[in-house]
Parts: sequence; C-alpha cells; structure tokens
Amino acid sequence: MKTRSLVSIDDLTTAEITKILDLAAEFEKEPIQDILRGRVVATLFFEPSTRTRLSFESAVNKLGGKVIGFTDSSSSSVTKGETLNDTIRTVNNYADLIVMRHPIEGSARYASEISTVPVINAGDGANQHPTQTLLDLYSILKTQGTLDKLNICMVGDLKYGRTVHSLLMAMSRWKTSFNFVAPEELMMPDEYKLYLRNLGLNYFETSNLAEVINMADIIYMTRVQRERFSDPMEYEKVKNAYVLHENMLGETKPGMKILHPLPRVNEINTDVDANAKAYYFEQALNGVFTRQAIITTLLGLK
Amino acid sequence: MKNANDPKQLLVSAIESGTVIDHIPAKTLFKVIKILGLDRISNQITFGTNLDSKTDGKKAIIKIAGVFFEDDDINRIALVAPNAKLNIIRDYEVVEKRVVSVPDTITAIAKCMNPKCITNFEKVTTRFRVVSKKPVALKCHYCEKITYQERLEII
Repeated sequence: MKTRSLVSIDDLTTAEITKILDLAAEFEKEPIQDILRGRVVATLFFEPSTRTRLSFESAVNKLGGKVIGFTDSSSSSVTKGETLNDTIRTVNNYADLIVMRHPIEGSARYASEISTVPVINAGDGANQHPTQTLLDLYSILKTQGTLDKLNICMVGDLKYGRTVHSLLMAMSRWKTSFNFVAPEELMMPDEYKLYLRNLGLNYFETSNLAEVINMADIIYMTRVQRERFSDPMEYEKVKNAYVLHENMLGETKPGMKILHPLPRVNEINTDVDANAKAYYFEQALNGVFTRQAIITTLLGLK
Repeated sequence: MKNANDPKQLLVSAIESGTVIDHIPAKTLFKVIKILGLDRISNQITFGTNLDSKTDGKKAIIKIAGVFFEDDDINRIALVAPNAKLNIIRDYEVVEKRVVSVPDTITAIAKCMNPKCITNFEKVTTRFRVVSKKPVALKCHYCEKITYQERLEII
C-alpha cells in the first residue's frame, strides 16, 4: 500500500482494492483468528454510528484485538474544547490503529496527516466512507462472481447519498452501466454524470423504477429523506414511488441482488426480506470480513 | 528622457534593479502584497493604485527594489491578479518580461468555501488541487469539495 491510512476510496489502486476483496474472502472462510492479539484499535466516534462502530469492533474482537474509544463526542474531552489535533496526538500513545467517524468534512484526511498510526475513515460528514464502499464491492463481487460490466440500478436519494457517489466512482473502474432512479429533486449530480461520460460509460436516468428494474444485476436502494425536500408536498408526492415491494421482483434477473447501506426505514418493504434476492443483511455481515481485511492490511499483518 | 510625458513615471519612481509588477487589479493590490509577503520585508517598495488602465479599469503597480521572484512564488498571485505582468529590472533597464500562470496546486492562499470543511474549524493550512484554470476551480485536499472562482476568498 502506498498510504497506510484509508481516507478515500480513491486512495486505493484497483490492484489494492482487489487484494483487499481477496483477503475479505479469506476472512469469510476463517473469521476467527489471533492476528490482532496484543493490538489495540481506537474507535473515535465524534458522532454516533452504532452500525459502523459495531461492525469494526466485531472485526477487531474476532481477530483477538482490543478496542478502546468513545461512542459520541459528548462523552469525550471534545466537549471541553479539545482540538482534533490534540485528540489524535493523544490517542496515538494508546492505539495501534484509529477508526474515526467525524461530522466535519476532511477531518479524516487531516487526522491521517497528524497521526503516527494508520487512520481508517469511518465517515467524515458528507464526504467519504470508504469501508462502506469496499464492503459494497465485496458484496457485489461475491454475489455476481465478477465486478466486470455489471448493470447497477441506484434508487432513491442520489443527490446527497454519499454511499452511491463513492460506489459509482469505484465501480466505474469495471465498466459498469448505471441506471439512476430518483425523483427530480434528488437526481445524480452533474459532476458524477460528467465523470462517467468522460470514461465513456453508459448511464440512464428515470424516475420510474419499473422501467429499468429487470435489467439490473444489482439494485442499490437508498432512503429518500423528508428533510431533503424544500417543498414538503413534493416529498408526499414521491415518497412511495421509491419503495421496493416483493411483487416488483417477478421479472428481475435470477441472480439479481438487492443491496442497501442500512438503516432501512420503509424504502424496502419487509415482504422483500424473505425473497432470495434480498441481500442487505448479508451485506452487513460482509462488512465485518471487509473491515478485517482493511485493518490487517493497514497494519501490515497481511 | 524617455516617457517624459507618461504621468505614471511621475507617480512611481523608477528602480535601479528589482521587479515591477504591473496590471494588478486595484482592488486586489493589498492581497498581492500579503501573498508575496511584501509587508514583512525591509526592501524599498513603492506602489501606486487606482491608476487608469486601458485594459483593466483601475489598476495598481508595485515596484520592489532588489527582489527577484521564482516562478513558483509569483504564480501564487495568479488567483487575485491573473493578468499581472512582471518586468525584471537591472540597471534601470527591463531585462525580462513575465506573465503569471495559475499553478497546479494552491497552498495557504485560498479559503475553502465549504463551511463544514475541517480547514474552517481548526488551524489547518488549506491545500487545493487546481481542477480548472479558467475560470479557476479548486478541489480541497481535505473535504474534496470544489471552490469556484466566484466564491473564491483569499485568506
């Protein structure tokens, strides 16, 4: 690895991504090992994210490491006015690796420049969340057997959704064709469409999921949040248009899988959960293996 | 005496050797002074501002005795004075003329327009990659957001 920290998915070459995904597959076969015995991982969650934190802590615990940290900044010295600089320098004395979630954008890059130990960005505001992207890639690879030339249908909030932007950037390395399904107000921003056009990749935009659902190898669902709409009436009009129901899956490809970064609210009806195409809970499990691969890679243990 | 009728010659006297920076927009003169650190050096400096210019409206000019800039240093003013022209003076003669060009990276000059960026919260030196030179667009090294020319602020 050319960088020891993982701040942005763009920090990784395609070969490095492939290596991490291969390693995740190894950990899936043997998730309980003693590789991290004697190692301490600090989870610094300046804003709460229970799901991400539990996934990291599970990954470390299964490998025999110990976890220290805090779960939101109200219980740390940050409330006394400590700078991020001071927090990182202090924690450097206690931990072999830092996992950090912070509401301020660019905080992870900054921390990685100060820190003497590897930093994993577990989300910096609306900016980056690379371990989510890697676990999405792992889930896609595992279910489709390849990352090459797939059809990915992204649904919901494509304007503000950090996970869909990072996934788009990452998947574009493998000649993906994209279908974007979103209400007018939450369409994929121009900069990402321009990025795809410059790479010569195809995409199609629609506000009608039925139009493209049967082409998909992967449906990536995201939540349409009420607070994203300037006009509440507009939200009321579209909120049910982006909900996936079991009866919509009949004509979809046999190997198609439905992904969701979770937490889900109502955008995937619970009647989908029992369908073999639902994959979002396995996806969360894949997060543990992927994070095991990332942590051991950054520590130079694999 | 040449240029005896040019009123600019009466406003700002000639220098024996050093650098003359011309065609600075009058409103960014003090930013240029700050970016180049001219407020911290002991060399003789004369400047004129709100001078009439055929091409730029009101312009400013700075004459710095005994200082010659490297390209990397002088290009730092390209964000605020994109049309600036340099005359390098030796023995009262212009021995070289140069123009400025926007560099590929911008460090410690511009402010990130993203209010949620770490550089606006802690003492972090701002760093940008120049993703477009005309009009200028800067991608923040930290938050990865783009700051466009019209929202560009100099620190």
